[in-house]
Amino acid sequence: MKKHILPALKITALSIAICCIIYSLLILAIAQAAPNKGEGQTILVNGQVKGYLCEGQSFTRDNYFNGRPSAAGYNAAGSSGSNKGPSNPDYLKDVQARVDSFLVHNPGKIKSEIPSELITASGSGLDPDISIQGAMIQVERIAKARNLSVEKINELIIQHKEKPLGGLFGTEKINVLRLNIALDTLK
Amino acid sequence: MNTEIMGIALMFIVTLVLAIPLGRYIGKVYSGHATWLDFILNPVDKMLFKISGVKPEKEMNWKEHLVALLTINLIWFLLSMLILMTQGSLPLNPDGNPSMTADLAFNTSISFISNTNLQHYSGESGVSYLGQLVLMLFQFISAAAGMAICAAVFVAMKEKVTEKIGNFYNFFIKSLTRILLPISLIVAILLLFSGTPMTFKGKDQFISVQGDTVNVSRGPVAAMVAIKQLGTNGGGFFGANSSHPLENPNYFTNIIENVLILLIPIAMIFALGYMINKKRFAWMVFSVMLIGFLLFLIPSVYFELKGNSSIANMGITQSMGSMEGKEVRFGSAASAYWGITTTVTSNGSVNAMHDSFTPLTGMFAMLGMMVNAFFGGVGVGFLNFYIFIIIAVFISGLMVGRTPEFMGKKIEAKEMKIAAIIALLHPFLILVGTALASHLFSHNPTAYASWLNNPGNHGFSEMLYEYTSSSANNGSGFEGLGDNTAWWNISCGIVMLLARFLPIIGPVAIAGILAQKKHTPETAGTLKTDTGTFGIMVLAVIFIIAALSFFPALSLGPISEYFSQHA
Repeated sequence: MKKHILPALKITALSIAICCIIYSLLILAIAQAAPNKGEGQTILVNGQVKGYLCEGQSFTRDNYFNGRPSAAGYNAAGSSGSNKGPSNPDYLKDVQARVDSFLVHNPGKIKSEIPSELITASGSGLDPDISIQGAMIQVERIAKARNLSVEKINELIIQHKEKPLGGLFGTEKINVLRLNIALDTLK
Repeated sequence: MNTEIMGIALMFIVTLVLAIPLGRYIGKVYSGHATWLDFILNPVDKMLFKISGVKPEKEMNWKEHLVALLTINLIWFLLSMLILMTQGSLPLNPDGNPSMTADLAFNTSISFISNTNLQHYSGESGVSYLGQLVLMLFQFISAAAGMAICAAVFVAMKEKVTEKIGNFYNFFIKSLTRILLPISLIVAILLLFSGTPMTFKGKDQFISVQGDTVNVSRGPVAAMVAIKQLGTNGGGFFGANSSHPLENPNYFTNIIENVLILLIPIAMIFALGYMINKKRFAWMVFSVMLIGFLLFLIPSVYFELKGNSSIANMGITQSMGSMEGKEVRFGSAASAYWGITTTVTSNGSVNAMHDSFTPLTGMFAMLGMMVNAFFGGVGVGFLNFYIFIIIAVFISGLMVGRTPEFMGKKIEAKEMKIAAIIALLHPFLILVGTALASHLFSHNPTAYASWLNNPGNHGFSEMLYEYTSSSANNGSGFEGLGDNTAWWNISCGIVMLLARFLPIIGPVAIAGILAQKKHTPETAGTLKTDTGTFGIMVLAVIFIIAALSFFPALSLGPISEYFSQHA
């Protein structure tokens, strides 16, 4: 073992130099050319940061599109999921409560129309997206709260719809933050 | 066809298309043959050898390999303990995160040197940026150590009589400079331009659209995510791992990150085929692993797309599948695909919360780790498979009344004893750990109430999953488990330590002993190990040893939960 200690120490020191220092600094240098210098892409409204493009934020009011339930309360400094098991009775009560609350806020809608992502918590607690159906089902509520026509809001959804990658791979979705910022500009 | 299914098909095809040539390249690197990167990397390696005083041409026997491996790991462990327990007062800590407690640092250090990356802390609040960089260092070097030791076994499998099986440091340094670093660099750049941050600035703050004050954790994420995916490490920068929008911003980055999970584990098989010049044998190994992988994957994708039956019973249509713990941008199919790829290899990163998977998907994730050889971790995955091959050779030899021979070397009592002990170690560690924890919990449920996030069978699954993940050096978790306590930190630490090094020592010893034996040329009477029949035999051995020893525990956990939902 003795004769291996010195080479092991030297190799560890070299590994720190290559993997921690050179590798990180190289990527940090390249990051200066990336969007927002690699500090995270933000959305600006009137020159002010209103959010991070890919991180969801809490929308609870009736006049905004509501995002997904979050076990982390949309805390962008403490991501987490609910980690509730599928058969946990307390969890199923929470889901039922979300369904009931959704139906109260969106009169005229029925249970089977609610897409499941609106009543289940996301993995990170920061999911920025909902499905198109998840946006569509909220339109009437928002139209009423904002005194806007349903058609106008529907059009907004169609503009902001994001197709699967290359039209072929993955899910169709809509970014709630961008949609709500656009909603605020509607007259 | 459904775009979600198309997505996972694309990921698997891209993985294969990249892994086969990469395997050939890795084979060349370990054989010392010329590659196209030589012009730039030969001088680099030469300099590294010179500074470290390593003579790459000086070959070692199997015992020297193991001493070298264990010595360097001991140094890494001490370095890690030192940094993690003092990080709070060291530089690069803009968010003011605290130093780790001794038991948490013990768990985290073993977790990262053993290539497990089980995390009993949350990245946002539990480590400083310096701590993250040191953990990233271990993601590189623990992967390189696993690959280096696997390369030594490959050399030992060549058909010649020899004591010497290459130089550990040579394989280690070349794994870093020629495989892990170049690929990580490319991937980190791709992630960077897709929205993953790379900065040493601390938290940002802004006022949200609804008027809430939001703090946003950031950091040198892109650099770490690349190697955590490539080196079957899995330790995420943020608590939510690759379900976090900054760690995995969109479907494109999800494809890249998921391809990396399987890339080197598959490539190593083809590297073996190149090095021992037995392509048919490599394809046999690949096919067995692929069949095992698909057996776990297909039902998991089906169950996640179908949705949670308890929620269906409420009258909810789950057109996106079971969405608890999942992200809309990935969907159910890609989450299930990630869940199985990350558990059959010993990666352990997640893009959805495994605790919230439907019961049987959770079981298949556990089975992936219980077998731990369907592709497996970088380097060590093949070593686990090697044990199953040895046992299969021995049993089939007895069945047909021939001397058990593998690659022209006779397998005798000593090798079989080692193989049997190593094969039984994994179930032993998992089941004993789970039994002890269950005993503690069931005799004092109030004192340990904070352990379990879910009652009943699922609570048992949380404990079973934790030990399975530790023993498979996987690192994913049913994260509802309240695991930052002395019991979990220390017991999982010990399991990870034993489960990392004993399954390396065993196969290296067997391969080393076999390499010294007389080579018997193949005759008509030799048992062929590159045929479909032998492949089925290996699969049967894996099924008997791994699957059946865990069946009783799985029936108490996910299987009971499944039937309780459908009662």
